[in-house]
Amino acid sequence: MPDRHREIKPKYTLERGMPGAFEGETVTRRRLMNLWANGVGGIAAAAFTLPALGFAIAPIFKEAPVMWQPIGPPDDFPDNTYMTKVIVITPGIGEAGNSIAYVRARNPAIDTEPEDAYNHWVALSSRCMHLGCPVRYVAAAERFICPCHGGVYDFRGMVAGGPPVRPLDRFYTRLNDGLVEIGPRYSVNSELQRFSPRFPGEPIDGIGQYLYPSQFDTTDRPPYH
Amino acid sequence: MPRLPAPPLPKSLQPRPKRPGENNDTGALGPVEAGVTVVDWLDERTALSPGLRWLLWRKVPRGINWAYTLGSATLFAFLNQAVTGVFLAMYYRPDVSGGAYESIRNINDNVFLGQLVHGMHKWGASVMIVLIFLHMGRVFFYGAYKYPRELTWVIGVVLLILTLAMGFTGYLLPFDQRSYWATVVGVNINAGGPFIGPFLSSFLLGGADFGATTLSRFYAIHMLIIPGAMAALIGAHLYLITKLGIAAPPWIKPHVEQDGDHALVESEV
Repeated sequence: MPDRHREIKPKYTLERGMPGAFEGETVTRRRLMNLWANGVGGIAAAAFTLPALGFAIAPIFKEAPVMWQPIGPPDDFPDNTYMTKVIVITPGIGEAGNSIAYVRARNPAIDTEPEDAYNHWVALSSRCMHLGCPVRYVAAAERFICPCHGGVYDFRGMVAGGPPVRPLDRFYTRLNDGLVEIGPRYSVNSELQRFSPRFPGEPIDGIGQYLYPSQFDTTDRPPYH
Repeated sequence: MPRLPAPPLPKSLQPRPKRPGENNDTGALGPVEAGVTVVDWLDERTALSPGLRWLLWRKVPRGINWAYTLGSATLFAFLNQAVTGVFLAMYYRPDVSGGAYESIRNINDNVFLGQLVHGMHKWGASVMIVLIFLHMGRVFFYGAYKYPRELTWVIGVVLLILTLAMGFTGYLLPFDQRSYWATVVGVNINAGGPFIGPFLSSFLLGGADFGATTLSRFYAIHMLIIPGAMAALIGAHLYLITKLGIAAPPWIKPHVEQDGDHALVESEV
């Protein structure tokens, strides 16, 4: 416990009668040594803490590379049902890096979103927009069904029932060298407008697009709108 | 150096006085005396024995019961997880392209006592979760979190959260279908928090999707970061328990005795 009755020492080293003191000096040798010792210790600690921390959190700020992978000739894809295609999401890690895309040709009678160079084929991600389980296309019902918590999507991937917060994510598609290629993933809101990719469970209608910022947007991708 | 005063040893541990005529000294130390000499040597240099006496021979309130052992039980569950976890790490490989699953299969099928040690770690995890909640319930319903023990409670809540985080990160490591999809769902639940959620999820995954380093991140968090933090916090928790003493059960009233001209409040046995 500090002694409250201790005499308060004068602020200036000159008034304390210290040898070598000069006019207006307040920092004593002891205080200077304290500052130096703490400062040097702090710098030494930061020198290994900050690089390690940056090393651990760097992936948050990394831009995802844009990959285009061929999935077959255009004739493979009818416009009234989906073809199941295994695509690589993360290269180099085997099965754990693969995912499934459901692909069909664009059908102007039901696909009302504006046509551009990247949606002549509709490629839906199999990742459920509730919590990320893999959905399955049931051809008889023309629905996508999620096994985990009962999410249901209609033929266009719009939410038809259950807990999902937005339609199924999509992939850009294009024709290159006579083959349909599948590109980066993007998210869509309930009007099927394109947004930068988000995690499942994050609604992007209205205020949701600001509550759940995307971190993996790249400048190297096709335009959203 | 002067000898420290003798600790208040229980009667059974106190040295018995020698019988007359028994003192035929051969010069060599007996096993007990040799042990005492070694302990004395250590104690003279470390002065640990007052600390140990402070930690171990302390007064406990009247009316304590078996519910008071839940904290120690949780501690033992933690120690079980630590010991079995260290030895599982000798055989486990956090290899995302099939090696992790194979190494767990190897532990279960080939390693001597591997299935037992793996089982102790797996079931011990559930036991620890159950015990920590029971311990929390005991402290809550006995009102033992009240002044001056609030900080002990706060540290305990942090330990509870870290224990749940251990369960979450450990669940991925066997790397079978159940692990993989449960982790996908768990990470996406994290992403549901506004603003911070997406960043937390991509920190856990080490990217936008389940990637090459996700498993090793979970492994490092599971076996290095969280256990280190938990060991330090358990130390602080135990220090506060020893310093502040154990709270009496709420139905024990302070025992007031008239002793001369001042009242003596006595609630300890």
